[in-house]
Amino acid sequence: MDLSLLSRKSDVEWWIEPHGRMRVPGIVFGTESLVKEMDEKVYEQVTNVATLRGIVRASYAMPDAHWGYGFSIGGVAAFDADQGGVISAGGVGFDISCGVRLLSTGLTRELVEPLKKRLADELARSVPAGVGRGGRLHLDGPEMDAMLAGGARWAVEQGYGMAADLERIEEHGRMSGAKPGEVSEHAKTRQRDQMGTLGSGNHYLEVQHVAKVFDPAAASAFALREGDVVVSIHCGSRGLGHQIGTEFLKRMVLAAPGYGIDVPDRELACAPIDSPEGEAYLGAMRAATNCALANRQIITHLVRRAFDSVVPRSQLTLLYDVSHNTCKVESHQMDGRTQRLFVHRKGATRAFGPGHPDLPPALSAIGQPVLIGGTMGTASYVLVGAGGSEARSFGSSCHGAGRSMSRHQALRQWNGRQVIEELASRGILIRSPSARGVAEEAPGAYKDVTAVVDAADRAGLSRKVARLEPLVCIKG
Amino acid sequence: MRAAWEHFPHGADVGIRGMGPTKEAAFEQAALALTGAVTDPAAVRPEVAVQVACEAPAADVLLVDWLNALVYEMATRRLVFGAFTVAIDGGRLHATAWGETIDQVRHEPAVEIKGATYTALRVEERDDGSWLAQCVVDV
Repeated sequence: MDLSLLSRKSDVEWWIEPHGRMRVPGIVFGTESLVKEMDEKVYEQVTNVATLRGIVRASYAMPDAHWGYGFSIGGVAAFDADQGGVISAGGVGFDISCGVRLLSTGLTRELVEPLKKRLADELARSVPAGVGRGGRLHLDGPEMDAMLAGGARWAVEQGYGMAADLERIEEHGRMSGAKPGEVSEHAKTRQRDQMGTLGSGNHYLEVQHVAKVFDPAAASAFALREGDVVVSIHCGSRGLGHQIGTEFLKRMVLAAPGYGIDVPDRELACAPIDSPEGEAYLGAMRAATNCALANRQIITHLVRRAFDSVVPRSQLTLLYDVSHNTCKVESHQMDGRTQRLFVHRKGATRAFGPGHPDLPPALSAIGQPVLIGGTMGTASYVLVGAGGSEARSFGSSCHGAGRSMSRHQALRQWNGRQVIEELASRGILIRSPSARGVAEEAPGAYKDVTAVVDAADRAGLSRKVARLEPLVCIKG
Repeated sequence: MRAAWEHFPHGADVGIRGMGPTKEAAFEQAALALTGAVTDPAAVRPEVAVQVACEAPAADVLLVDWLNALVYEMATRRLVFGAFTVAIDGGRLHATAWGETIDQVRHEPAVEIKGATYTALRVEERDDGSWLAQCVVDV
């Protein structure tokens, strides 16, 4: 991004001053080098989002922002329905409610190392991953609708996991306001055999160890100690969410002119929140959110079973589950007043600070865990929502490393089998049905997640708690 | 001109491009490029024929609809396609897609396609009379 187009407010905060049709400024968080490396498209997309009707305060880009669809990935924007605010399918993304959950295993790296190979094989056998791999659960008609209305709560009622898991999930495991009737038959058909599957692309299941603790008080509240083994699950709403995204993007593209919405980029197509299209999308998107929450809950159950077969009586406890492709109704302070806003986070994580009423009591004093995915070969991070982040970014932080290289380039540069061997020599076991998929996801094709996390910490979006490094990675 | 397909770079996803002497040929080639994001289309056997029909108010929206119809068939029937015949009449498209059930070992599928998007979307006749059809697909 051309720094000369930005006003520097601090080492990690850059503004795009309102110009043209912008209703609010653009605010980009990141160090000079991260912002400089960002695609010019991020500037364009942050600017475009700032022109949308009903946007309040600013159009934000997190430190991992890159070129997305309409919104940049790493984009955050809040809209007020009373000011004609809009909802955008592109502002949520195709993989609705894609997110990360983290489980503590209560085991140490020392204990797990000799069992690593068995664990890798058992997890790869238990959790379907990759293209064309369905799950063992098949949902039809009323069961599908019950899942779409109930989310992870539905999954727990079906015997997947424990009631105690629910308070460690955003929305307590169930997004209210879901309307399964607004989800097309095509979307439901696409999901029929996909519950409890990981998918492909950048989705993964990792066994990791806590390599470093930065904030002992927060780490202790999250029950994370150096040398502990944890499990990360990164996936979303699978085919159902993708189909909903596809269908509503087209519906909004066709409906926008009728609402006098003239967007500079068709991917930015949106509908007024209080319109038939807006309400239908909200109902369908919330159903897809429940699908993602149920999916991660079922995978958690499969992971627990796999662990139990390798380490009998192991107890995997859910630390937290975050979604990073969402639109949520939240209350925020605006000019001394509490306002109800529709907050879009596309490739951005909600990061509520201490005392927020939506946090479970056990986490209220410390803040919300913010889970940042890395790559197969580098690291993931646990952060915690920082006090004051609501005023800075509507309580939002980054979500991952972001790619630095296209899949096409990565495929030319790496051979999947060599990547697997190289990682094995560093003690990281990869299990994947596709060597080409591994090459496209090679760690070198991603940006430095540490730089992104450090910038989020310095900008006061969230605070670093612990660094996690992979032992086993199951890729789609 | 000879019909051909290729991929073009996009940050996190894949740009697909089809070119051919007619709009129909460009749409067929774009579909091969879609398969190319998953596996080598030349390695796909034409064992099953699937009929696809869609309709859209503009040629570029029709391309997105066509590709998304294929994404849907691939996802719900667990198929990959290696050959296509497309007929376009105004805003209507009728096509046959030839393929087979996905084989994890032989096809070694790289990614699942989430959907075709409006990013870098172009359907146009070029100066030499040939056609181009392209967009970015989310994977």
